[in-house]
Amino acid sequence: MATKSQTRRRIQWRKIGPPILLISPSVILVGTLVLGFIWAWILERPIKGEGFFRSIFLFPMAVSFIASGVVWKWLLNSGVDDNAKGLNRLFQMLGLDFLQNSWTANITFGVVAVAIPAIWQLSGYVMALFLAGFRGIPDELREAARVDGASEWQLYKNIIFPQLSAVALSAVIIIGHMAMKSFDLIMAVTDQRTYSTKVPAIDMYNFMTSGDYSNAAAVGTIMLVIVAALVVPYLIHDAKQRR
Amino acid sequence: MTNATIALEEAAVLEPPQPDKKRKKMDRSGTTPRVTAFRYALLIFSLAMVLIPVYVLLITSFKGSAEADPSRTWFLPEVWQTQNWVRAWDALAAPIGRTFLLVIPSSIISAFLGSMNGFVLSRWRFPGANVVFTLILFGMFIPYQAVMIPLMKMVLTMGLPSGVPTLILAHVVYGIPITTLIFRNYYESIPQELIEASRVDGAGLLRTYFSVVLPISIPSFVVVLIWQFTSAWNDFLFALFLTNTNTGPVTLSLNNLAHGSIMADYGASMAGALIASAPPLVVYILLGKYFVGGLMAGSVKG
Repeated sequence: MATKSQTRRRIQWRKIGPPILLISPSVILVGTLVLGFIWAWILERPIKGEGFFRSIFLFPMAVSFIASGVVWKWLLNSGVDDNAKGLNRLFQMLGLDFLQNSWTANITFGVVAVAIPAIWQLSGYVMALFLAGFRGIPDELREAARVDGASEWQLYKNIIFPQLSAVALSAVIIIGHMAMKSFDLIMAVTDQRTYSTKVPAIDMYNFMTSGDYSNAAAVGTIMLVIVAALVVPYLIHDAKQRR
Repeated sequence: MTNATIALEEAAVLEPPQPDKKRKKMDRSGTTPRVTAFRYALLIFSLAMVLIPVYVLLITSFKGSAEADPSRTWFLPEVWQTQNWVRAWDALAAPIGRTFLLVIPSSIISAFLGSMNGFVLSRWRFPGANVVFTLILFGMFIPYQAVMIPLMKMVLTMGLPSGVPTLILAHVVYGIPITTLIFRNYYESIPQELIEASRVDGAGLLRTYFSVVLPISIPSFVVVLIWQFTSAWNDFLFALFLTNTNTGPVTLSLNNLAHGSIMADYGASMAGALIASAPPLVVYILLGKYFVGGLMAGSVKG
């Protein structure tokens, strides 16, 4: 016989279920990886002002989600057309009306919209990782490929990119677990009551503030298990290499 | 003669490739002007994207309450005024003081703990050292949410007060993995002979640590201190659970300023966001190189 709390936990699992649980972290993950990689690729060859661009792309990392959330809450204002504010208003001014949307207020995609500030904040970090990866590839390798008559694209596709897979893996692990924890961000951009941006971390907080410690602990444990599933194989792999 | 020619040729190969006639079309970066223009276009576009929130924060913080409305997000203030900054400072001055009291001790203590851990794990191959290190690294990835209930129960059982000292304890403990990792990677890179020499001179593990290793650890200390400073400064979740707005750090008060009242004080909360971000940003601007070093250490390979 299922006890009351078991039933509740089952409902709980359905509510935070896999889709919602993983949408926001995966959007953050894909967004930061793509953007960070592109930035690193652009800056990889010498270019004037490289240091300047690098610093600007990286600085959001030094700011807390709570501080940046203050302004992102504005920018992601859900009003459209006549009520357009924030980014929607900017789209109107630029003649891109079709881009207007209700951002975090959207029941289905709110959890995607809340990934935008996270991408803003974390892409610079991925860029720094990839830049270090690019710079770690010896110049001789490129020269050798050029001498062999490889085109620039072939050079990247066959020589450079494969060498970056280790960097990409660490980026996935680090951003992945940061994204799972994006509690601060959601608290700052929406709040703990907004249904569309309810992720496990928020649920945990809500259970806890209402004194429901057992459900809070259950959510916390589920998060730990998911992060562990992501990280433990990587750590074991790393430990074996160290030996 | 032939040997000399070969040597000359080798020297020519070792020289950095000179731009020759055939590659005239290429510029310094080895790409064509068109590609370079495309790169700049992308960079400047990205720059605009990244700076949009900064622009909005800045201009709104100087707007009067009538003007500080989301509908006027993109327009410069008609009247520039500083009263938002005064209000934000009034609300945040005391929390900022507490945050310094929190962040400085917690980064120093966790730096020392990490340094000792890192030294032992890199130099003393006790049985299971690798397992211990892997477990410590796992600590870096444990979601705060998973430790929050045990942590609160522990704080209650130990009778610790809500406030800065308890928060220092939490940050020190949670900082152990990353600081250990940074120091261990650094100590792996220092020459073994240095340690051996002090051993030969009769110094034990502790003596070696304090007299030989600690003085050359300055670079890692800088990285760790910066990393712990910014992450403790920007922490919200521990502060939320272990303190309140009267005893807690600035993130808590800022969140309260931005969400607390029914009529949100937009201007003041934007000014407050800038004030609260200033210390980590100053650290980032002055010591950006080391800041990146700390970020890199997050990737386990380091």
